[in-house]
This record gives sequence, structure tokens and C-alpha cells, in this order.
Amino acid sequence: MQDTLLSINGLTKAYPGVIANDNVSFDIGKGEIHALLGENGAGKSTLVKMIYGLVSPDKGAMTWNGAAFAPPKPSAARQAGVAMVFQHFSLFDALSVAENVALGMENPPKPRDLAARIRQVSEQYGLPLDPSRDVASLSAGERQRVEIIRCLLQDPRLLIMDEPTSVLTPQEVDILFETLRKLKSEGTSILYISHKLEEIRALCDHATILRHGKNVGTCTPAETSARQMAEMMVGSSFATPEARDVQLGDTVLKVTNLSLPALDGIGTPLRDISFELRQGEVLGIGGVAGNGQDELLMALSGERLSQPGSVAFQGRDVSQDGPGARRLPGLLSAPEERLGHAAAPDMSLTENGVLTAGHRAGLVSNGFIDWGKARSFAEDVIAKFDVRTPGPQVAARALSGGNLQKYVVGREIVQKPDLLVINQPTWGVDAAAAAAIRQALLDLAHGGAAILVISQDLDELMEISDRFAALNEGRLSEPRAVQGLDMEQIGLMMGGAHDMEVAHAAP
Amino acid sequence: MLRLEKRPEPSRAWVALSPLLAVALTMIVGGALFSMLGANPFEAIRTIFWDPIFSPQFSGFTRPQLLVKAGPLILIAIGLSIGFRAGIWNIGAEGQYIMGAICGAGAGLALYPSESPLIFPLMLLFGALGGWAWAMIPALLKTKLGTNEILVSLMLVYVAETILASAASGFLRNPDGMGFPGSRNFKEWGNVHNGELIANTGLHWGVVAAFIAVIGAYVLFSRHIQGFNIRLTGDAPRAARFSGVNPTRIVLFCLGMSGALAGMAGLFEVAGPAGQITIDFNAGYGFTAIIVAFLGRLNPIGILLAGLLMALTYIGGELAQLMLGVPGAAIQLFQGMLLFFLLATDVFSNYRLRLAKKEVA
Repeated sequence: MQDTLLSINGLTKAYPGVIANDNVSFDIGKGEIHALLGENGAGKSTLVKMIYGLVSPDKGAMTWNGAAFAPPKPSAARQAGVAMVFQHFSLFDALSVAENVALGMENPPKPRDLAARIRQVSEQYGLPLDPSRDVASLSAGERQRVEIIRCLLQDPRLLIMDEPTSVLTPQEVDILFETLRKLKSEGTSILYISHKLEEIRALCDHATILRHGKNVGTCTPAETSARQMAEMMVGSSFATPEARDVQLGDTVLKVTNLSLPALDGIGTPLRDISFELRQGEVLGIGGVAGNGQDELLMALSGERLSQPGSVAFQGRDVSQDGPGARRLPGLLSAPEERLGHAAAPDMSLTENGVLTAGHRAGLVSNGFIDWGKARSFAEDVIAKFDVRTPGPQVAARALSGGNLQKYVVGREIVQKPDLLVINQPTWGVDAAAAAAIRQALLDLAHGGAAILVISQDLDELMEISDRFAALNEGRLSEPRAVQGLDMEQIGLMMGGAHDMEVAHAAP
Repeated sequence: MLRLEKRPEPSRAWVALSPLLAVALTMIVGGALFSMLGANPFEAIRTIFWDPIFSPQFSGFTRPQLLVKAGPLILIAIGLSIGFRAGIWNIGAEGQYIMGAICGAGAGLALYPSESPLIFPLMLLFGALGGWAWAMIPALLKTKLGTNEILVSLMLVYVAETILASAASGFLRNPDGMGFPGSRNFKEWGNVHNGELIANTGLHWGVVAAFIAVIGAYVLFSRHIQGFNIRLTGDAPRAARFSGVNPTRIVLFCLGMSGALAGMAGLFEVAGPAGQITIDFNAGYGFTAIIVAFLGRLNPIGILLAGLLMALTYIGGELAQLMLGVPGAAIQLFQGMLLFFLLATDVFSNYRLRLAKKEVA
């Protein structure tokens, strides 16, 4: 329908032991929103890195507007008109929006001109943002706008967006989609990477699906069901979590007026949080990233201690107990950040098993580690959770994100917790693995454990939770039964909407 | 164009090979250096690496020196490696070594001239305590006030040196020494002297302690949960907190252990090879041990070998100065090269060198 902007022909890139991209070809038209779909480790990142000049292909070629295109480095790609919004933002908290934008530019204009241009672009595309605010005070959605505006100031021809909606509220997603459609109407092409199939169906003109580094098909999302696309991604059908009858037992966790100051002045303080959680219950906690999710997990796991009486587990006050003392009676947790928090990157899977299971699973006696037992524990987790790895001796950092996530979640579930606190259980995990993890959580709850799921994926929370609450600036809303909640109400509970008023007031 | 690419996992072959490669490169570049200084490079290398052990002319004197010099280096380096593994950088082992020597020697001299067999163990205890207490200063400042242990421990070396000077010329001065600075000589104090256990080997109690420390550290890191927690803290501090490791206790343990071992090394030295507290009795072992710890890649067995190698270059270096007239600075350069090449070759354990394809225009 349109002229081709970027044509990819037979791109191949091999890393030691794995072919990340195998003879991948597709075209992106001018003014087209093109989705790139695939499981974790399917080769999406590698492909995008080749387009953005971070990696050069082993074989194959690209053409840009009909001319050969092989950017040796990102600045060359930017020169040609490729811009990219990464999944993880590269912003300096201590600097203002305008200063952050200037840092990413080759020839930044004078601060005053730049602020004016930021205002102009932000109004033109409906992305409310005040250039003089410090990035530290911005929500995740606003930070993403900084990144997008930084890209738009370069007048890109192709905008690459990597999982852009994972940190946004439903309202913010709407704003983003409006912006993207506006860009499209002006002739800018967009390469949109996402796991969220419904979004792709709503937004994208075409979708290319990668599996094991190969292009397994291009489709028109509006005419293809989400389930069909998911099955193309995975190569087989996968189970959706089963409905279940909930039988609530005794109270397992009782949090009473929990308040914690922000760590080192950065982050979000917890303010007066109270709730209860009973056996067999799944409580879903939503909210925009950076509203106290990490802090809540750390207060429950024992990494941060709180005032006496604020956290009671099985009727006993544990607010002054560290992580080890909480784990022994059955309060287990799985933090969001896999590498560096849930797992030590340079340590093997066996050693990472000892990290949380050492005492509870009896891998340590009299202070000495039984490496034989530790190894079989790790092998058990690997087998039960289908972790794809040559063996438990492999370093955690060598696993793909999704596989490591299966390992760190499995590590806790295998220990049969009475309460599992888990932050972002399926973040960056492919659809099949995500379904498996959710099913494992539901099974665990069915077995009588209480589960607290913190997530930014609302579909996930609606799917597995019995009750839902939202975190907003460190406060927790009253938990409500999931039945009868609609997206609008949830959005208001999350309170993400207040960000927009600031910008409309700006001149 | 050459490019470094991170390996998914460290290469075992490179981990094992890089120390050998580093020694070989040091010999080649060092040999070139010596030849530019007018010495025969082959003779210089032979003098440094071969003669101290095998030359019929010198080895009778130099061979025992190997253990005498390697003992304290290994003992201190093992202690340092415990902290380094956790990312706690004790740079002040030299100060802890001095304070261990002063406290241990002081405890013994207070009981002079008793010949009780308990005096030496008592001195050893006080030596360890002295080093431990000196290391507790940076440890407590770090845990209570968040100060940087690198700076504090290093600064305390100079404080310890001042205390040493005042001990040698003041409160520990030999009352029968006719006013000369320096304490009584332990070599003349029968039971208390930390002499050779087997004649002409250089083996004294400090060397035995070093071997025990090597075994202890090996067990600590390979089997014990405390060693695991230390490694975890060094690899991923947040994961360590999540696991339940108390960072304050790790800091106290690591600095305490390295201080105590350095203090013991100081006591063994003052009661043995050095013989007495003098103004400059410390020979820089505390600083050289940092190199030994890294040369041995913080692995107990590696440290054992690195300590012996470092001791060899010391003795061989002195021999080369004496026999070939090579300047002392060249020997220090030579030792520095060893660490430099090790760090350089070590890059390849975690990275591989790639020949990037020519870019298509």
C-alpha cells in the first residue's frame, strides 16, 4: 500500500552457541506501524540492534529508501533517521527533562530554545511534559515521554519502540497510542515491539512474528485473533489458567499501618499501608511502576525492617525479622529485578538456589553447604519449571530473561511457601512461560498458600487475582473483589491520570 | 578492527592459563628491559627465577629465604582475599601488621625474662588482637558512619608507622640497649623466639600458620555458608540482602579476619626473622600482599603459589642487583609488570577478542 522505507533481506546474526537471527526478511512501509512479535530469546532485540547500528549482521543486507543501509554505529543510524525508545530508560534522575534531552543530542540548542521546542513537540503530539521538572519526580509514563520527545526532536523517519506500554496505566496507553497514530499520519514509520497481543491488534498495520530467530510469518493483526498470533509465536497452543473455586482459610499476613521512609531519599516512601491476606487467596497489587512496588516487596521480604507490629505473619510479629528469619516459617518472596536482586549474575544456578533455599530446603547444615543436595535442588527447579539451560552449573547471567525468571520463581514455589510475595512474575517472559508461571501460582494458592502478586500487567492481575488493590505514591487503595471491576475504575484506583493536568496548564 | 565481546560465561581455560601467560610475558618484556639496561637478559632472568633455589653458590642462603618471605605474604594475602571477595577493600594491612607486631611483642616483653612456654601463644593472641583492633577502626567507621574503608585503612598505616617509631625509641626500647632504638631481641630469648622448625628450610610457625590459613580459606569459600555469603556480597550486594546476609556483619567479619591475620603475620615476623621491633622493621609485606592476593586471583591455592612466586622475585631481584648491578627500581618495575600482565590477560577470561567484519559502505 505504501512505499517501502526499510527493507530487511536475509539478516543473519550468530552468537556463540545460538543463532539469534536466521535469514530474517521483511519490509516496513512509510507511515506504517509494524509490530515485531516473538518470545523472549526469539531474536527481536538482536534484529532491532542491527537496525539501530549497535550490532552488525553476519549476513544479509538492509535497504533504506532503496539505498543500501548498514549503519556501523548508532549515530549513523540516527543520521539516517532511525530513533529508538528503549525498554529501560537511560535518564539521569538528578537532571531536568530539558537537560536529559540535551544530553542525548549531537548538537543541543541553547537551553531556552530547547525548552521551547520540547513544549512545542509535547503539545503537537499530545505528550504533556514540563521541560523544567526534575526527572526524579516523574512517573514511569512521563519518563517514557522524555525518551519519546528526545527521539521526536531528531525528526525520525523510523521510530523503534521496545515494549513501550509495560510501565503505563490504561489512560497513559491511550495517550501513547494517539501520539503514535499522529506520527503515522505524518508519514513516520514505527516498529513496535510488544508482548501484548491485544495492543498490537488495536494499533499495528502489520506484524512480523519471530520464533527461534526465524521469521515464521507476517500477518495483519486486525484480521488475526490474539490466540492465533500467540500460537504462531510459541509454535504450539498453550494452556490458559483454569478457573478455580477459592476456599479462604485463616489469615496468613496482616499488615497494619505500615510506613517506611524512602531509601536514601530516592524511591517512594510507603504510607500507612494496611491489608490482610488469607490462605488460598491471591491479592493482586497494581500501579504504575515507581509507586512503592519495590519498597512494599522489601518491607514484606524482610530486606527492610519496619516498626514493630506492622507486619504479622501467621499471627506472629515479623516486622523486625530479616529475610532469613521470615523464610524459615514460610514467607517467601521473589523480587522484580532478576539479575542482581533475585539472582547473583556470576554465580551458578546451583549457587543461586542456595541463595534463598539454603536453610529452608536443608541445603545447609551446621554452616556447611551440601553441594550435592544443592545441585539436586537446582535440577529439580530446572525440571519442574522447564528452564532451558545446559545444566545447574551455568551462570545466572548466561540465561535469557524468561528462563531466569522461570528459575527464580520456581525456586520459591518448589519450597512450598505459606505466603509468596512476588513482584512482576512474568515481566519480559514469553506467553507460554507466562501462562505456566501463572498456573503455578494458581496451583500454589489452590494448595492453601496465600499469594501477593505485584504487577504492572493488569490483564495478568485480573486473570489470577481474587482481590485487587493499587499502589499510588506509596499508598495502597482498599482491596476490592476483582469481579465487577472495569478498566476505568482500575485506572482511577491507580491514580495515574493526575499527570496530565500539569501539562495542560503549561503555557 | 578488533573488538572485545563479553563471554556468556568465564572461560575456564583462560582462568587457568592467564597467570602462566602473564609470567611468560613478564619474562619477555622484563628481559628486554634488562638488556636495554646493559645486562644479559637470559642471565638476569636466570638470576631472578632460577639461582635463588638451584644455584650451588647462593641457594644455601637464599633457599630458606623463600619461605621466610612467602609466609607473611601468604598469610596477609589470604586475609585480604576474604574481604576483596566481598568487595571490601582493606588497603591498610601494613598498619595492621605493624600493630599486631607491637601488641604481640609488647605482651611478651611485659613478662620478660620468663621462659614459660605459654608466652609465645600469648604473644600470638595479642598479635592477632592488635591487628584485629586496628582493622576494626575502618570497619566501625564504615558501618556506623558510612566512611570509605579504602581511605581510612590506608591512612591508619601512617598512624601505625608513627606508633612504631615511638615504640622502638620509647615504650618498647630495650632497657639494656644503651640508648639505641629498638626492642629486646627475641632471638636471644630461648623459648619465645619463633625460630626455624627444621634447620635451613626457613620454615617457622608463621609459615605453618600461612598453610593453615590457605586450607581454612579454601574450606570457607568452597563449603561454608559464610564464604558463600561473602562471595554473594561481592557479586551482587542486593541479592545478598535479599538472601538475608547482614552487610554490617560481613564488613566486621572480613575486616576483622584480614586484620587478625595481618597482625599474626607481624608477630611471627617480629618474634622470628626480624627479631626485634625497630623503627623500620616493617618491610612493606602488607602492601605487597595486595598484589599477591590479586595475582592468586583471590583463590587460596592461587595465593599460595603467587606468594611463593612473589617471594622468589624479591630474593632473585636482590641477587640480580648484587650480581648484575641491575638497579632496584628495575626489579620493582619487573614485579609491577607481573601484576599488569596478569590483569591484562585476565580480561580474556570474561571477554573474547573478535575481528569485526569490514563495514559495508
